[in-house]
Amino acid sequence: MIRLEKVTFRYPEGGPVFQDFSWQVERGEAWAVLGPSGCGKSTLLALLAGLIFPTDGRVLVDGQPIVRPRPRTGLIIQDYGLLPWATVRQNVELGLRIRRFYGPDGTHAPRGERPAPHVQPWLERLGLAEIADNYPGQISGGQRQRTAIARTLALFPDLLLMDEPFSSLDAPTREDLQRLTLELLPEQQLTLVLVTHAIEEAAVMGRKILLLKRPPNTAALVVENPNAHQPGYRETAQYQRLCRELRERLEAQ
Amino acid sequence: MRRRDLLLAVLALAAVWYLLALIVNQPILPTPWVVAVTFVQELGRGLVGHFLASLWRVVASTLLAVALAAPAGIALGQFRRADRFFAPFIYLLYPVPKVVLVPVVLLFLGVGNLPKIIIIFMILFFQVLVLVRDQAAALRPELIQSVRSLGAGRRALFRFVYIPASIPAILTALRQSVGTAVAVLYVAELFATQQGLGYYIYLNGSTLFNYPAMYAGVLAMSLLGLGLYFGVDGLERWLCPWQKKR
Repeated sequence: MIRLEKVTFRYPEGGPVFQDFSWQVERGEAWAVLGPSGCGKSTLLALLAGLIFPTDGRVLVDGQPIVRPRPRTGLIIQDYGLLPWATVRQNVELGLRIRRFYGPDGTHAPRGERPAPHVQPWLERLGLAEIADNYPGQISGGQRQRTAIARTLALFPDLLLMDEPFSSLDAPTREDLQRLTLELLPEQQLTLVLVTHAIEEAAVMGRKILLLKRPPNTAALVVENPNAHQPGYRETAQYQRLCRELRERLEAQ
Repeated sequence: MRRRDLLLAVLALAAVWYLLALIVNQPILPTPWVVAVTFVQELGRGLVGHFLASLWRVVASTLLAVALAAPAGIALGQFRRADRFFAPFIYLLYPVPKVVLVPVVLLFLGVGNLPKIIIIFMILFFQVLVLVRDQAAALRPELIQSVRSLGAGRRALFRFVYIPASIPAILTALRQSVGTAVAVLYVAELFATQQGLGYYIYLNGSTLFNYPAMYAGVLAMSLLGLGLYFGVDGLERWLCPWQKKR
Protein backbone atom coordinates (compact mmCIF):
# COMPACT_ATOMS: atom_id res chain seq x y z
CA MET A 1 0.00 0.00 0.00
CA ILE A 2 2.71 2.48 1.02
CA ARG A 3 6.37 2.34 0.09
CA LEU A 4 9.02 4.83 0.99
CA GLU A 5 12.13 4.21 -1.09
CA LYS A 6 15.28 5.86 0.23
CA VAL A 7 13.41 9.03 1.06
CA THR A 8 15.37 12.11 2.03
CA PHE A 9 13.46 15.17 3.13
CA ARG A 10 14.74 18.48 4.40
CA TYR A 11 12.95 21.77 4.97
CA PRO A 12 14.53 24.80 3.26
CA GLU A 13 16.15 25.76 6.55
CA GLY A 14 17.73 23.03 8.68
CA GLY A 15 19.11 19.56 8.24
CA PRO A 16 17.37 16.48 6.87
CA VAL A 17 14.38 15.10 8.78
CA PHE A 18 14.62 11.81 6.89
CA GLN A 19 17.69 10.46 5.17
CA ASP A 20 17.63 7.37 2.94
CA PHE A 21 14.58 6.30 4.89
CA SER A 22 12.73 3.23 3.64
CA TRP A 23 9.51 1.87 5.06
CA GLN A 24 6.62 -0.26 3.91
CA VAL A 25 2.95 -0.59 4.86
CA GLU A 26 0.75 -3.42 3.60
CA ARG A 27 -2.93 -3.00 2.72
CA GLY A 28 -5.21 -3.34 5.73
CA GLU A 29 -2.50 -2.74 8.32
CA ALA A 30 -2.94 -0.38 11.24
CA TRP A 31 0.18 1.61 12.02
CA ALA A 32 0.93 4.06 14.77
CA VAL A 33 3.85 6.43 14.29
CA LEU A 34 5.27 7.40 17.66
CA GLY A 35 7.94 9.90 18.57
CA PRO A 36 8.75 13.09 20.47
CA SER A 37 7.80 16.44 19.00
CA GLY A 38 10.12 17.54 16.23
CA CYS A 39 10.92 13.97 15.22
CA GLY A 40 9.27 14.28 11.82
CA LYS A 41 5.97 12.49 12.49
CA SER A 42 3.83 15.14 10.88
CA THR A 43 6.37 15.53 8.07
CA LEU A 44 6.01 11.81 7.34
CA LEU A 45 2.24 12.13 7.20
CA ALA A 46 2.41 15.20 4.95
CA LEU A 47 4.68 13.22 2.60
CA LEU A 48 2.14 10.39 2.51
CA ALA A 49 -0.70 12.86 1.98
CA GLY A 50 1.05 14.48 -0.99
CA LEU A 51 1.16 17.89 0.67
CA ILE A 52 4.96 17.99 0.55
CA PHE A 53 7.43 16.02 -1.57
CA PRO A 54 10.72 14.26 -0.84
CA THR A 55 13.97 16.02 -1.58
CA ASP A 56 15.24 12.69 -2.80
CA GLY A 57 13.82 9.17 -3.15
CA ARG A 58 10.22 8.15 -3.82
CA VAL A 59 6.96 7.87 -1.93
CA LEU A 60 4.64 5.32 -3.52
CA VAL A 61 1.03 4.77 -2.52
CA ASP A 62 -0.83 1.95 -4.19
CA GLY A 63 2.11 1.59 -6.57
CA GLN A 64 1.90 5.22 -7.77
CA PRO A 65 4.48 7.88 -6.94
CA ILE A 66 2.80 10.68 -5.01
CA VAL A 67 2.80 13.99 -6.89
CA ARG A 68 -0.34 15.56 -5.38
CA PRO A 69 -2.95 14.66 -2.75
CA ARG A 70 -4.36 11.29 -3.74
CA PRO A 71 -8.17 11.14 -4.05
CA ARG A 72 -8.49 7.92 -2.08
CA THR A 73 -6.33 9.01 0.84
CA GLY A 74 -8.18 10.59 3.77
CA LEU A 75 -6.45 12.97 6.16
CA ILE A 76 -7.64 13.76 9.68
CA ILE A 77 -5.78 16.46 11.60
CA GLN A 78 -5.71 17.54 15.23
CA ASP A 79 -7.65 20.77 14.85
CA TYR A 80 -10.31 19.18 12.62
CA GLY A 81 -9.91 21.45 9.58
CA LEU A 82 -13.63 22.20 9.44
CA LEU A 83 -15.05 25.22 7.63
CA PRO A 84 -16.38 27.48 10.40
CA TRP A 85 -19.05 28.96 8.11
CA ALA A 86 -20.54 25.60 7.14
CA THR A 87 -22.86 23.41 9.18
CA VAL A 88 -21.90 19.89 10.22
CA ARG A 89 -23.86 18.53 7.28
CA GLN A 90 -22.25 20.95 4.82
CA ASN A 91 -18.81 20.12 6.20
CA VAL A 92 -19.44 16.42 5.77
CA GLU A 93 -20.60 17.12 2.20
CA LEU A 94 -17.52 19.20 1.38
CA GLY A 95 -15.44 16.40 -0.13
CA LEU A 96 -18.36 15.26 -2.27
CA ARG A 97 -19.00 18.81 -3.48
CA ILE A 98 -15.34 19.18 -4.40
CA ARG A 99 -15.59 15.93 -6.38
CA ARG A 100 -18.68 17.14 -8.19
CA PHE A 101 -16.96 20.47 -8.81
CA TYR A 102 -14.17 18.77 -10.76
CA GLY A 103 -16.01 15.71 -12.00
CA PRO A 104 -14.28 12.32 -12.04
CA ASP A 105 -11.10 13.57 -13.72
CA GLY A 106 -8.71 11.07 -12.12
CA THR A 107 -6.71 13.92 -10.57
CA HIS A 108 -8.98 15.42 -7.94
CA ALA A 109 -11.43 12.55 -7.82
CA PRO A 110 -11.13 8.88 -8.78
CA ARG A 111 -11.91 8.33 -12.44
CA GLY A 112 -15.24 6.72 -13.23
CA GLU A 113 -16.64 7.19 -9.74
CA ARG A 114 -19.94 8.87 -8.98
CA PRO A 115 -19.87 10.48 -5.55
CA ALA A 116 -22.55 9.33 -3.14
CA PRO A 117 -25.62 11.53 -3.48
CA HIS A 118 -25.99 12.30 0.22
CA VAL A 119 -24.24 11.98 3.52
CA GLN A 120 -27.11 11.11 5.83
CA PRO A 121 -25.85 7.54 6.45
CA TRP A 122 -22.51 8.94 7.57
CA LEU A 123 -24.13 11.48 9.86
CA GLU A 124 -26.04 8.63 11.45
CA ARG A 125 -23.11 6.23 11.64
CA LEU A 126 -21.02 8.83 13.46
CA GLY A 127 -23.83 10.04 15.71
CA LEU A 128 -24.05 13.48 14.12
CA ALA A 129 -27.62 13.40 12.77
CA GLU A 130 -29.01 15.44 15.67
CA ILE A 131 -26.47 18.24 15.34
CA ALA A 132 -26.26 18.22 11.54
CA ASP A 133 -27.49 21.82 11.26
CA ASN A 134 -25.15 23.24 13.90
CA TYR A 135 -21.95 25.10 13.10
CA PRO A 136 -18.54 23.87 14.25
CA GLY A 137 -18.40 26.72 16.78
CA GLN A 138 -21.47 25.30 18.50
CA ILE A 139 -20.39 21.69 19.05
CA SER A 140 -17.82 19.91 21.20
CA GLY A 141 -14.31 18.92 20.16
CA GLY A 142 -15.28 15.27 19.96
CA GLN A 143 -18.22 16.10 17.71
CA ARG A 144 -15.97 18.22 15.52
CA GLN A 145 -13.55 15.35 15.07
CA ARG A 146 -16.47 13.02 14.30
CA THR A 147 -17.53 15.51 11.63
CA ALA A 148 -14.02 15.48 10.14
CA ILE A 149 -14.02 11.67 10.14
CA ALA A 150 -17.46 11.53 8.49
CA ARG A 151 -16.29 14.02 5.85
CA THR A 152 -13.31 11.84 5.04
CA LEU A 153 -15.16 8.52 5.08
CA ALA A 154 -17.90 9.87 2.81
CA LEU A 155 -15.25 9.77 0.06
CA PHE A 156 -14.65 6.05 0.65
CA PRO A 157 -10.88 6.25 1.20
CA ASP A 158 -8.72 3.14 1.31
CA LEU A 159 -5.96 4.86 3.27
CA LEU A 160 -6.63 6.89 6.39
CA LEU A 161 -3.94 9.24 7.68
CA MET A 162 -4.47 10.70 11.14
CA ASP A 163 -2.24 13.38 12.63
CA GLU A 164 -2.65 13.55 16.43
CA PRO A 165 -6.40 13.23 15.82
CA PHE A 166 -7.48 12.90 19.46
CA SER A 167 -4.81 14.93 21.26
CA SER A 168 -6.97 17.90 22.10
CA LEU A 169 -9.88 15.80 23.41
CA ASP A 170 -10.58 14.82 27.01
CA ALA A 171 -9.86 11.23 28.03
CA PRO A 172 -13.36 9.69 27.77
CA THR A 173 -13.98 11.32 24.39
CA ARG A 174 -10.55 10.24 23.21
CA GLU A 175 -11.15 6.59 24.13
CA ASP A 176 -14.59 6.75 22.59
CA LEU A 177 -13.20 7.98 19.27
CA GLN A 178 -10.31 5.50 19.37
CA ARG A 179 -12.89 2.73 19.74
CA LEU A 180 -14.95 4.14 16.90
CA THR A 181 -11.91 4.36 14.62
CA LEU A 182 -11.00 0.76 15.38
CA GLU A 183 -14.54 -0.30 14.48
CA LEU A 184 -14.41 1.61 11.22
CA LEU A 185 -11.09 0.12 10.03
CA PRO A 186 -12.42 -3.34 9.10
CA GLU A 187 -15.88 -1.96 8.29
CA GLN A 188 -14.46 0.36 5.59
CA GLN A 189 -11.43 -1.81 4.74
CA LEU A 190 -9.06 0.95 5.68
CA THR A 191 -5.31 1.05 6.00
CA LEU A 192 -4.40 3.29 8.92
CA VAL A 193 -1.37 5.42 9.65
CA LEU A 194 -1.91 7.34 12.88
CA VAL A 195 0.67 9.79 14.18
CA THR A 196 0.81 10.41 17.90
CA HIS A 197 3.13 11.51 20.69
CA ALA A 198 1.12 9.52 23.26
CA ILE A 199 2.56 6.08 24.07
CA GLU A 200 -0.81 4.71 25.21
CA GLU A 201 -2.51 5.80 22.02
CA ALA A 202 0.17 4.17 19.86
CA ALA A 203 -0.19 0.95 21.85
CA VAL A 204 -3.99 0.94 21.49
CA MET A 205 -4.22 1.94 17.85
CA GLY A 206 -1.15 0.45 16.16
CA ARG A 207 -0.79 -3.22 15.35
CA LYS A 208 2.59 -2.07 14.20
CA ILE A 209 4.36 0.88 15.69
CA LEU A 210 6.95 2.96 13.86
CA LEU A 211 9.29 4.72 16.27
CA LEU A 212 10.84 7.96 15.11
CA LYS A 213 13.67 9.67 16.93
CA ARG A 214 15.40 12.99 16.73
CA PRO A 215 16.22 13.72 13.06
CA PRO A 216 17.68 12.58 10.84
CA ASN A 217 15.71 9.33 10.76
CA THR A 218 17.65 6.84 8.69
CA ALA A 219 16.04 3.47 9.47
CA ALA A 220 12.50 2.39 10.35
CA LEU A 221 12.36 1.11 13.95
CA VAL A 222 9.29 -1.10 14.08
CA VAL A 223 7.62 -2.59 17.16
CA GLU A 224 5.10 -5.37 16.56
CA ASN A 225 1.86 -5.21 18.55
CA PRO A 226 -0.27 -7.99 17.05
CA ASN A 227 -2.86 -8.19 19.82
CA ALA A 228 -3.90 -4.56 19.69
CA HIS A 229 -7.57 -3.97 18.69
CA GLN A 230 -8.69 -6.96 20.77
CA PRO A 231 -11.39 -6.12 23.28
CA GLY A 232 -9.97 -5.35 26.72
CA TYR A 233 -6.42 -5.08 25.40
CA ARG A 234 -5.88 -1.96 27.48
CA GLU A 235 -6.21 -4.04 30.67
CA THR A 236 -3.73 -6.78 29.75
CA ALA A 237 -0.21 -7.22 31.11
CA GLN A 238 1.05 -7.36 27.54
CA TYR A 239 -0.22 -3.84 26.91
CA GLN A 240 1.46 -2.60 30.09
CA ARG A 241 4.70 -4.29 29.05
CA LEU A 242 4.54 -2.73 25.60
CA CYS A 243 3.94 0.74 26.99
CA ARG A 244 6.96 0.30 29.30
CA GLU A 245 9.09 -0.87 26.40
CA LEU A 246 8.02 2.03 24.18
CA ARG A 247 8.72 4.49 26.98
CA GLU A 248 12.19 3.05 27.54
CA ARG A 249 13.01 3.13 23.87
CA LEU A 250 11.83 6.71 23.52
CA GLU A 251 13.83 7.79 26.55
CA ALA A 252 16.93 5.94 25.37
CA GLN A 253 17.21 8.17 22.31
CA MET B 1 -31.39 45.47 19.04
CA ARG B 2 -35.17 45.36 18.94
CA ARG B 3 -37.39 47.20 16.52
CA ARG B 4 -39.35 48.78 19.38
CA ASP B 5 -36.17 50.27 20.87
CA LEU B 6 -35.23 51.69 17.49
CA LEU B 7 -38.65 53.26 17.08
CA LEU B 8 -38.46 54.79 20.56
CA ALA B 9 -35.03 56.23 19.72
CA VAL B 10 -36.45 57.78 16.53
CA LEU B 11 -39.29 59.35 18.50
CA ALA B 12 -36.91 60.66 21.16
CA LEU B 13 -34.63 62.24 18.56
CA ALA B 14 -37.64 63.82 16.85
CA ALA B 15 -38.77 65.20 20.20
CA VAL B 16 -35.36 66.78 20.88
CA TRP B 17 -35.37 68.25 17.39
CA TYR B 18 -38.87 69.63 17.96
CA LEU B 19 -37.86 71.28 21.26
CA LEU B 20 -34.75 72.79 19.67
CA ALA B 21 -36.84 74.13 16.80
CA LEU B 22 -39.24 75.75 19.29
CA ILE B 23 -36.36 77.34 21.24
CA VAL B 24 -34.48 78.59 18.18
CA ASN B 25 -37.69 79.71 16.49
CA GLN B 26 -36.03 80.71 13.21
CA PRO B 27 -36.63 79.62 9.58
CA ILE B 28 -33.21 77.90 9.52
CA LEU B 29 -34.50 75.22 11.91
CA PRO B 30 -38.03 74.12 10.99
CA THR B 31 -39.83 71.57 13.14
CA PRO B 32 -39.70 67.87 12.22
CA TRP B 33 -43.35 68.04 11.30
CA VAL B 34 -42.79 70.78 8.71
CA VAL B 35 -39.81 68.88 7.31
CA ALA B 36 -41.81 65.64 7.12
CA VAL B 37 -44.60 67.33 5.19
CA THR B 38 -42.06 69.00 2.87
CA PHE B 39 -40.28 65.68 2.43
CA VAL B 40 -43.46 64.04 1.18
CA GLN B 41 -44.24 66.99 -1.11
CA GLU B 42 -40.69 67.08 -2.49
CA LEU B 43 -40.86 63.40 -3.32
CA GLY B 44 -43.19 64.35 -6.15
CA ARG B 45 -40.98 67.28 -7.19
CA GLY B 46 -37.80 65.46 -8.04
CA LEU B 47 -36.39 64.37 -4.67
CA VAL B 48 -36.90 60.76 -5.69
CA GLY B 49 -34.74 61.32 -8.76
CA HIS B 50 -31.97 62.89 -6.70
CA PHE B 51 -32.18 60.03 -4.21
CA LEU B 52 -31.93 57.42 -6.96
CA ALA B 53 -28.97 59.23 -8.55
CA SER B 54 -27.12 59.16 -5.24
CA LEU B 55 -28.14 55.57 -4.53
CA TRP B 56 -26.88 54.48 -7.92
CA ARG B 57 -23.51 56.14 -7.35
CA VAL B 58 -23.01 54.43 -3.99
CA VAL B 59 -24.21 51.03 -5.17
CA ALA B 60 -22.16 51.13 -8.37
CA SER B 61 -18.99 52.13 -6.53
CA THR B 62 -19.62 49.47 -3.89
CA LEU B 63 -20.07 46.74 -6.47
CA LEU B 64 -16.98 47.93 -8.34
CA ALA B 65 -14.92 48.04 -5.14
CA VAL B 66 -15.97 44.56 -4.03
CA ALA B 67 -15.47 43.12 -7.51
CA LEU B 68 -11.89 44.42 -7.70
CA ALA B 69 -10.74 44.52 -4.08
CA ALA B 70 -12.02 41.14 -2.88
CA PRO B 71 -10.10 39.03 -5.44
CA ALA B 72 -7.04 41.25 -4.97
CA GLY B 73 -7.29 40.85 -1.20
CA ILE B 74 -7.63 37.08 -1.50
CA ALA B 75 -4.61 36.96 -3.80
CA LEU B 76 -2.49 39.11 -1.49
CA GLY B 77 -3.55 37.02 1.51
CA GLN B 78 -2.56 33.87 -0.30
CA PHE B 79 0.69 34.87 -2.01
CA ARG B 80 3.07 36.15 0.63
CA ARG B 81 5.53 37.45 -1.92
CA ALA B 82 2.97 39.64 -3.69
CA ASP B 83 1.81 40.88 -0.32
CA ARG B 84 5.35 41.83 0.70
CA PHE B 85 5.66 43.84 -2.51
CA PHE B 86 2.34 45.68 -2.24
CA ALA B 87 2.10 46.07 1.55
CA PRO B 88 4.17 49.30 1.74
CA PHE B 89 2.08 50.90 -1.01
CA ILE B 90 -1.16 49.96 0.68
CA TYR B 91 0.26 51.14 3.99
CA LEU B 92 0.96 54.56 2.49
CA LEU B 93 -2.23 54.93 0.43
CA TYR B 94 -4.78 53.48 2.86
CA PRO B 95 -4.78 56.40 5.33
CA VAL B 96 -4.79 59.14 2.66
CA PRO B 97 -8.19 60.88 3.06
CA LYS B 98 -9.58 60.21 -0.39
CA VAL B 99 -12.03 63.11 -0.13
CA VAL B 100 -9.19 65.59 -0.72
CA LEU B 101 -8.77 64.01 -4.12
CA VAL B 102 -12.28 65.07 -5.21
CA PRO B 103 -11.06 68.15 -7.17
CA VAL B 104 -8.26 66.14 -8.77
CA VAL B 105 -10.54 63.33 -9.88
CA LEU B 106 -13.04 65.86 -11.20
CA LEU B 107 -10.30 67.58 -13.16
CA PHE B 108 -9.27 64.35 -14.80
CA LEU B 109 -12.63 62.67 -15.28
CA GLY B 110 -14.83 65.71 -15.72
CA VAL B 111 -18.61 65.80 -15.23
CA GLY B 112 -20.98 62.88 -15.03
CA ASN B 113 -21.30 59.92 -12.73
CA LEU B 114 -17.88 58.39 -13.26
CA PRO B 115 -15.75 60.74 -11.11
CA LYS B 116 -18.20 60.44 -8.20
CA ILE B 117 -18.23 56.67 -8.46
CA ILE B 118 -14.44 56.60 -8.63
CA ILE B 119 -14.05 58.69 -5.48
CA ILE B 120 -16.27 56.44 -3.39
CA PHE B 121 -14.72 53.42 -5.02
CA MET B 122 -11.26 54.52 -3.84
CA ILE B 123 -12.44 54.66 -0.24
CA LEU B 124 -14.21 51.32 -0.31
CA PHE B 125 -11.49 49.62 -2.34
CA PHE B 126 -8.78 50.00 0.29
CA GLN B 127 -11.12 49.14 3.14
CA VAL B 128 -12.26 45.92 1.46
CA LEU B 129 -8.76 45.08 0.23
CA VAL B 130 -7.14 45.34 3.64
CA LEU B 131 -9.82 43.43 5.53
CA VAL B 132 -10.12 40.64 2.95
CA ARG B 133 -6.35 40.33 2.72
CA ASP B 134 -6.01 39.97 6.48
CA GLN B 135 -8.88 37.50 6.59
CA ALA B 136 -7.36 35.37 3.81
CA ALA B 137 -3.93 35.48 5.45
CA ALA B 138 -5.45 34.45 8.78
CA LEU B 139 -6.88 31.21 7.37
CA ARG B 140 -5.00 28.45 9.16
CA PRO B 141 -2.66 26.44 6.95
CA GLU B 142 -4.08 23.30 8.59
CA LEU B 143 -7.53 24.18 7.25
CA ILE B 144 -6.18 24.70 3.73
CA GLN B 145 -4.22 21.44 3.89
CA SER B 146 -7.14 19.40 5.09
CA VAL B 147 -9.37 20.79 2.32
CA ARG B 148 -6.61 20.07 -0.18
CA SER B 149 -6.47 16.52 1.12
CA LEU B 150 -10.14 16.21 0.12
CA GLY B 151 -9.01 16.78 -3.45
CA ALA B 152 -9.31 20.55 -3.72
CA GLY B 153 -6.97 22.30 -6.13
CA ARG B 154 -6.64 26.06 -6.42
CA ARG B 155 -10.02 26.56 -8.10
CA ALA B 156 -11.91 24.55 -5.50
CA LEU B 157 -10.03 26.30 -2.69
CA PHE B 158 -11.26 29.60 -4.08
CA ARG B 159 -14.79 28.35 -4.43
CA PHE B 160 -15.10 26.53 -1.10
CA VAL B 161 -12.65 28.31 1.19
CA TYR B 162 -11.37 31.72 0.12
CA ILE B 163 -14.59 33.20 -1.22
CA PRO B 164 -16.83 32.18 1.68
CA ALA B 165 -14.10 33.18 4.13
CA SER B 166 -13.91 36.67 2.66
CA ILE B 167 -17.65 37.43 2.72
CA PRO B 168 -17.65 38.44 6.42
CA ALA B 169 -14.60 40.61 5.80
CA ILE B 170 -16.30 42.30 2.83
CA LEU B 171 -19.41 42.99 4.89
CA THR B 172 -17.38 44.32 7.81
CA ALA B 173 -15.52 46.60 5.41
CA LEU B 174 -18.80 47.87 3.94
CA ARG B 175 -20.32 48.39 7.37
CA GLN B 176 -17.29 50.42 8.44
CA SER B 177 -17.22 52.54 5.31
CA VAL B 178 -20.90 53.17 4.53
CA GLY B 179 -20.91 56.34 6.63
CA THR B 180 -17.73 57.69 5.04
CA ALA B 181 -18.97 56.78 1.59
CA VAL B 182 -22.19 58.77 1.99
CA ALA B 183 -20.29 61.71 3.48
CA VAL B 184 -17.88 61.74 0.55
CA LEU B 185 -20.78 61.31 -1.85
CA TYR B 186 -22.19 64.56 -0.50
CA VAL B 187 -18.93 66.39 -1.13
CA ALA B 188 -18.56 64.87 -4.59
CA GLU B 189 -22.09 65.89 -5.53
CA LEU B 190 -21.39 69.53 -4.75
CA PHE B 191 -19.39 69.75 -7.96
CA ALA B 192 -20.26 69.47 -11.61
CA THR B 193 -23.66 67.83 -11.33
CA GLN B 194 -27.36 68.70 -11.14
CA GLN B 195 -28.39 65.29 -9.88
CA GLY B 196 -28.00 63.77 -6.45
CA LEU B 197 -28.83 64.60 -2.86
CA GLY B 198 -25.62 66.55 -2.29
CA TYR B 199 -26.56 68.93 -5.08
CA TYR B 200 -30.16 69.09 -3.88
CA ILE B 201 -29.22 69.94 -0.28
CA TYR B 202 -26.72 72.59 -1.33
CA LEU B 203 -29.08 74.13 -3.87
CA ASN B 204 -31.95 74.44 -1.42
CA GLY B 205 -29.79 75.53 1.52
CA SER B 206 -27.43 78.03 -0.09
CA THR B 207 -29.09 79.22 -3.27
CA LEU B 208 -32.87 78.94 -2.87
CA PHE B 209 -32.88 79.34 0.93
CA ASN B 210 -35.69 76.81 1.06
CA TYR B 211 -34.79 75.41 4.47
CA PRO B 212 -37.58 72.84 4.85
CA ALA B 213 -36.59 71.39 1.47
CA MET B 214 -32.94 71.39 2.49
CA TYR B 215 -33.84 69.41 5.61
CA ALA B 216 -35.92 67.07 3.48
CA GLY B 217 -32.71 66.44 1.51
CA VAL B 218 -30.74 65.88 4.72
CA LEU B 219 -33.43 63.45 5.80
CA ALA B 220 -33.22 61.65 2.44
CA MET B 221 -29.45 61.41 2.73
CA SER B 222 -29.73 60.05 6.26
CA LEU B 223 -32.24 57.50 5.03
CA LEU B 224 -29.81 56.56 2.27
CA GLY B 225 -27.01 55.95 4.77
CA LEU B 226 -29.31 54.15 7.16
CA GLY B 227 -30.79 52.02 4.37
CA LEU B 228 -27.33 50.98 3.19
CA TYR B 229 -26.35 50.15 6.76
CA PHE B 230 -29.48 48.04 7.23
CA GLY B 231 -28.79 46.43 3.87
CA VAL B 232 -25.33 45.35 4.98
CA ASP B 233 -26.81 44.09 8.25
CA GLY B 234 -29.42 42.07 6.37
CA LEU B 235 -26.83 40.63 4.02
CA GLU B 236 -24.74 39.60 7.00
CA ARG B 237 -27.64 37.82 8.64
CA TRP B 238 -28.42 36.10 5.35
CA LEU B 239 -24.89 35.19 4.28
CA CYS B 240 -23.17 34.64 7.63
CA PRO B 241 -25.66 32.86 9.86
CA TRP B 242 -22.80 31.01 11.54
CA GLN B 243 -21.52 34.26 13.07
CA LYS B 244 -24.82 35.22 14.66
CA LYS B 245 -25.57 31.90 16.26
CA ARG B 246 -22.30 31.65 18.11
